[in-house]
Amino acid sequence: MTIVFDGIALGMLLFLISVGLSVTLGLMNFVNLANGAFAMLGGYVGVLLVNRWGVPFLGALALSTLCSLVVGATLERLLYRRLYAASHMDHVLFTVGLIFVSISLAAYFFGSGVQVIELPAFLQGRIEAFGVGFDSYRSFLIVVAIAIAAALQRILTSTRFGASLRAAVDNPRTARGVGIEVDRIFTITFAVGSALAGLGGALGTQMLGLDPVFAIKYVVYFLIVVIMGGPGSIRGSFLASMSIGVFDVVGKYYVPELGAFVIYVLMLAVLVARSRGLLPKFGGRS
Amino acid sequence: MTPSWEAAAVRLRERERWKSPETVFWCAALVAPFVLPDDHLFLSQIAILGLFCLSLDLVLGIAGILSLGQAAFFGLGGYTAGLFAIHVDGDPLLGLVVAMVATSLLGVLAAPLLLGGRDLTRLLITVAVAGILYEAANKWSAVTGGVDGLQGIVIAPLFGKIEFDLGGTVAYWYALAVLFLVFLGLRRLKSSPFGLALAGIRLNPQRMPALGVPVDRRLTVAYAIGGAVAGIAGALLAQTTQFVSLDALSFHRSAELMLILVLGGAGNLYGALLGAIVFSVAHHLLSEINPMYWQFWMGTLLILIVLFAKDGLTGGLSRLRDHLWKGGTAP
Repeated sequence: MTIVFDGIALGMLLFLISVGLSVTLGLMNFVNLANGAFAMLGGYVGVLLVNRWGVPFLGALALSTLCSLVVGATLERLLYRRLYAASHMDHVLFTVGLIFVSISLAAYFFGSGVQVIELPAFLQGRIEAFGVGFDSYRSFLIVVAIAIAAALQRILTSTRFGASLRAAVDNPRTARGVGIEVDRIFTITFAVGSALAGLGGALGTQMLGLDPVFAIKYVVYFLIVVIMGGPGSIRGSFLASMSIGVFDVVGKYYVPELGAFVIYVLMLAVLVARSRGLLPKFGGRS
Repeated sequence: MTPSWEAAAVRLRERERWKSPETVFWCAALVAPFVLPDDHLFLSQIAILGLFCLSLDLVLGIAGILSLGQAAFFGLGGYTAGLFAIHVDGDPLLGLVVAMVATSLLGVLAAPLLLGGRDLTRLLITVAVAGILYEAANKWSAVTGGVDGLQGIVIAPLFGKIEFDLGGTVAYWYALAVLFLVFLGLRRLKSSPFGLALAGIRLNPQRMPALGVPVDRRLTVAYAIGGAVAGIAGALLAQTTQFVSLDALSFHRSAELMLILVLGGAGNLYGALLGAIVFSVAHHLLSEINPMYWQFWMGTLLILIVLFAKDGLTGGLSRLRDHLWKGGTAP
């Protein structure tokens, strides 16, 4: 039971980090492999704030989310924007370049060791409920992720912003014609995706381990989430993250010899099975 | 008036002709070990990297299959050659052939997975295949040595006579000879009907079936040949360094290879070689200062190439040449 619970918590982290990738790929047709780098940024900012400057944990979470938001928006305005119309290969090269840069910057400023955020007292220990003890840090994670998933789904399907975003994706020219500020909407969407990755990174130092290669280590996981869930689908990403988290933790617990093997085979199977269905959900700009 | 197909044939023959810069390039490769007598091992590594990069140029630059998992073949070739030398026979040429067969088999087996998808799907499948091989080599340590790498490879003398020396002189000539032969083969292949069909598939995948080209079969063969070339490169590295590590299969290596190819310029074979040379020299010089800086510059370079110089070094050079040439003849 605790193992499944661990798996769900891991899945929620995966969801937070990869939902940005899902949105950029599914809605904007941009392959942003550097999404993990934004998570890493959030993680390091969190470490810096809590461990060095003694900022309270929740405040640090908010600040590191904000930091990823700002950096994401800036990069989108300066660099990503120029490549929306480029090929997937250019996206991959560009974001792999960003990953390399972020890894070396992280190693330069923080060293290559593993960093962990010190948790506040209220997130240590366990909560007793229904006769089972739940780790409170993991419970917190799950609650936060579910709240965010619900909010995102709601924003995308039933607000004016969500409608504008979907219109901008379906047909940017017409959307511009009816007065939707397409560029601004893309910037906001991208920045929110980066911010959520940053939040996931800051929340996840305990479970994922934060070191400079973080940006590249989990790329495969994020990609599988997006592929399984269907790019652009919040609910899909949520369910996929949860099953991958459980699958991974349970697999590593019972058959440790297999290790990451399971994940790659799963990825291959999903890819081959869905190779014709891997299209942006709302139609992309291709 | 000449029919258009004749004009096209003339153009193709012109493109196929051996040009003088090519002679200069290969002469430089012959002279290099005399100019740099202490760096033969380094030169041999460049030749191997160039060969590895040619494999991606065939797969990606010519056939247009987006592969970010070329390390799968490189590593498989390396492990195959290493294991063959340890358990069966130390003859280097035999080892190359075995590695080539094994990797082209992998290519034939993996190709059907790729054919259904489009760019991104293909890319991810190649990543997954390389990841599976990496994990397999990692976990199956009884055979591969796991994280410690495959040690104890002893290579017999070349042709039964020429011993590999510590300075890498034999290694360089050996690697260069293999590189040149493979290069000639690929150069031939590129302008053959097969190569032209690949280019057609890359440029217009919808139209080629209508022209009667068996797209899936062409791509499978191209992917297998590309795999074999990468496998030969991996085998060469295993034989000349007498060591294979997990690093040969890593994602990092595939990504680096793609960087080298776009740095040099994809699709014209020389871009791959030029990229390998520039990359190796830059790596050598910058790593001496600090390995961390190296990754930073590599990433920055990638970003700059994508944003500003899509056709890489060879593209830049030929634009420069056109510019000078036009400047020279302008009234």
